[in-house]
Amino acid sequence: MTVPPARIRTLTIDGKDVGAREDETILDVARENGIWIPTLCQMTGLSNIGACRLCLVEVAGSTKLQPACVTRVEEGMQVTAHSDRLAEYRKMIVELLFAEGNHICSVCVTNGHCDLQWLAQRLEIDHIRFPYLYGKRSVDASHERFVLDHNRCVLCTRCVRVCDEVEGAHTWDIMGRGTNARVITDLAQPWGESTSCTSCGKCVSVCPTGALFEQGKAVTEMVKHRELLPMLLTMRGRQR
Amino acid sequence: MTPEELSELAVAERQRLDRLAHQINVCTATACHASGSEAIKTRLTAEVRERGISGQCLIRGVGCRGLCTNGPMVSVEPQGVLYQHVTADDAPALLDSLASEPVSHIQAPTDDPFYTRQHRIVLEHAGEIDPEQITEYIAVGGYQALAKALYEMSPADVVDELTTSGLRGRGGAGFPTGLKWRTVAKALSDRKFVICNGDEGDPGAFMDRSVLESDPHRVLEGMAIAAYAVGAHEGFLYVRAEYPLAIKRLTTAIRQARQRNLLGDAILGTPFTFHVEIRLGAGAFVCGEETALIASIEGERGSPRPRPPYPAEVGLWGRPTLINNVETLANIAPIIKNGGAWFAGIGTEKSKGTKVFALTGQVKNTGLIEVPMGISLREIVFDIGGGVPEGRSFKAVQTGGPSGGCIPDELLDSSVDYESLTRLGSIMGSGGMIVMDNTSSMVEVARYFMEFSMTESCGKCIPCRVGTAEMHGILTRFCEKRATERDLALLEQLCDLTRHASLCGLGQSAPNPILSTLRYFKQEYLAALESNQPEEVGAAAEEGRS
Amino acid sequence: MSTDLTPPTARSDAERGEPKPKVKAATVWLDGCSGCHMSFLDIDERLIELAQHIDMVYSPLVDPKQFPDHVDVALVEGAVSSEEDLEKIKRIRKHTSILIAFGDCAVTANVPSMRNSFSVKDVYQRGYFETATRRAGVPDQVVPKLLPQARPIHEYVPVDVFLQGCPPPADVIYGLLTDLLAGRKPNLTEHTRFGR
Repeated sequence: MTVPPARIRTLTIDGKDVGAREDETILDVARENGIWIPTLCQMTGLSNIGACRLCLVEVAGSTKLQPACVTRVEEGMQVTAHSDRLAEYRKMIVELLFAEGNHICSVCVTNGHCDLQWLAQRLEIDHIRFPYLYGKRSVDASHERFVLDHNRCVLCTRCVRVCDEVEGAHTWDIMGRGTNARVITDLAQPWGESTSCTSCGKCVSVCPTGALFEQGKAVTEMVKHRELLPMLLTMRGRQR
Repeated sequence: MTPEELSELAVAERQRLDRLAHQINVCTATACHASGSEAIKTRLTAEVRERGISGQCLIRGVGCRGLCTNGPMVSVEPQGVLYQHVTADDAPALLDSLASEPVSHIQAPTDDPFYTRQHRIVLEHAGEIDPEQITEYIAVGGYQALAKALYEMSPADVVDELTTSGLRGRGGAGFPTGLKWRTVAKALSDRKFVICNGDEGDPGAFMDRSVLESDPHRVLEGMAIAAYAVGAHEGFLYVRAEYPLAIKRLTTAIRQARQRNLLGDAILGTPFTFHVEIRLGAGAFVCGEETALIASIEGERGSPRPRPPYPAEVGLWGRPTLINNVETLANIAPIIKNGGAWFAGIGTEKSKGTKVFALTGQVKNTGLIEVPMGISLREIVFDIGGGVPEGRSFKAVQTGGPSGGCIPDELLDSSVDYESLTRLGSIMGSGGMIVMDNTSSMVEVARYFMEFSMTESCGKCIPCRVGTAEMHGILTRFCEKRATERDLALLEQLCDLTRHASLCGLGQSAPNPILSTLRYFKQEYLAALESNQPEEVGAAAEEGRS
Repeated sequence: MSTDLTPPTARSDAERGEPKPKVKAATVWLDGCSGCHMSFLDIDERLIELAQHIDMVYSPLVDPKQFPDHVDVALVEGAVSSEEDLEKIKRIRKHTSILIAFGDCAVTANVPSMRNSFSVKDVYQRGYFETATRRAGVPDQVVPKLLPQARPIHEYVPVDVFLQGCPPPADVIYGLLTDLLAGRKPNLTEHTRFGR
């Protein structure tokens, strides 16, 4: 049986001519071609949700900005992944995360291994222009192996997705609205009392910040194993 | 039931009503209900029975007549007498007067501009028929449009008629309804859905509630026609749980329509099947956004997802789905009955038909109104609304709820249509219209709406979740007169970000109340700057908020 | 705000071939742990080189107790946490050409901000009563009153340069000062970040 030929699209990203399969996203193609687009909620191996808005790009002919992680390529598309306006929006988005949570890098277990901290540096953020909100948030240390610190959670929902889509447990979910939104385990019970959690630790490895970490880790000690998910998916035979 | 039987039933029902000397209609919609209309109805019914005139005088509960501020409202037909501020104790006098002059102290003028300037299509039966009796809806021509569509038109004809009518979505964005229907009709799938969006959440808005309470069959008929046109066989009515009366009447209406073969299998003797179910919303504003609403019906958390793909292609449970607002669907039956050209004859070039508004705030006549598109804001506020109360002056009118903006006095002659309102920095929205007088602070107004957007943000995307919270914080500083020039700059930057980077329409439109007040009332922001305040010792120490 | 450290008078002096006057520098310690100052001292022998161009006119490391009327560059460590901090930072801003938020506490409020989720009353309760080993009580003399929250400097006054790090590495401090002395605009995020 012959496989139907894959349709190929040609487009430009930041003026560079690129080719792509029709089912690829702008982000896939940009990465393939060495064009860096910042992302946070996106993680290869998990479903794309277009939530963090860091990967917004300009597409010629459209007044709306498009999230690169969920926007399919189209023939003749002219994508601008880097402009002053996008750079400013990306900075502001990361600044808003710092203003929202209580991110104190100097005393964080993930200091030095944190996606948020790295993004701030890469986007040349040297201070947060927006007033810090200093919300009162809690820490759940009831699990025998892991800790959840809401102060450092950016609500990217990587934990929710990896638990649902890869582990199949769906222990994690989101509760509440606006800045009161929180990740929860089961029906907002303490993590240690969760009956669905398999203690597999996938959520900890995909968490971009120090919100999820292993018990007993001190400042800078919580190294995240980002290679775990791609490896697992390869072992399971998933192609892409 | 066949179309012939439907017509026969309509004739019989009309004859029955015509034989009555008097029909006394008591408004039992939410506002009048809250001011005691149920007691009036009970008292009138008892009096009529006592006097032995039940055969000539029908007492019935009807839907909303609009002028909620003067409720409870009672009308006597066919004499055309209208009463306002009625109490149960007025019942005997009201009945005594049937043969003579109306009771003067409660009589309401029917020639008031509030009534004469309106143009009722969506609300044509509101206050005229008993919403709990399907026979009353049938008597006024109900379900005839469905019969016409099923027997005389192909699904494509129905879509064409809608396209000709120029009807645009009444939920806020104003997307052409015909185009939406055509897209869903074209989608290939073994299963499609029609959803009626009744998740009305704007503060001060109650258009959908009133339509559902006053004329539920009208919406069901619109849904059935829509389902026929796009090839769907299942429908969901998504209604806020905070609307118990609307839910009760819809439930009754669905049951009655099923019994009469107007919903369900083999509708009106044709092979067309359409089943409708009600789903209750849990009071989240964001569930009015179509992708969030779909997630909610699926049993997921009500959060929007990026579009495309649009629900017309990938909707409920991944199937092509048509989502229309209550008011949009209430416009369908008259369009099919009278033709798209008739509808297109009302309104402006690009905005056809009428729009229902919930007129509230500092205006004499608060309530529900329906006006032709193209009417000026001034006519609505001053003629229909009767202007602001004595001793105060008009300042601004807010349209479009938390996604809309404030329009100042000098622009009151602008036409009410989708394009004009957008040009003014507001939106048509679903139909909330709040009048503000000279005592209102526009910065406070902006903060009020921002507080709403902040607490109702689903929290999924960062610009909306944190942006609204930051904007609210900065507006609070303005309200407390301790904002700085830097705050003003940050506010403008945040408006820009939230507007262009948010995931769904709610976030994208959340800055509108700030942007429009900055545009027309910037002096109020400047006057609130800390540098423009008299020096106060220790003010700086208050800086850090706890 | 300009980041050129050369005073206008110096420029004309230089044109006349006269020796360039030294830059007046200050370091300030608000609500911080003094770690940034320690890191400053870790510049080590290069301090001697810097001293040829810089006059330290005010600092916890030198004698003067009053912030001078004019300072070319001020490195301010720590968050604004008390009424005294607030008064100080306003005076510093008024009399300083280039104000540098020196380290994470100055830039983000960092560790001092960990009290911000609690009320001042609760903080006093914890600090002066629950954990007191003797003479429990809130001091009402000498110790300045706390503001409701500890906040970064730029939320009160404009800041010209943000130097991140907890503490900023000595090399970065040295690099920043030499850049400023040479009239270059430094790119600090290349070398440091929050928490480094």
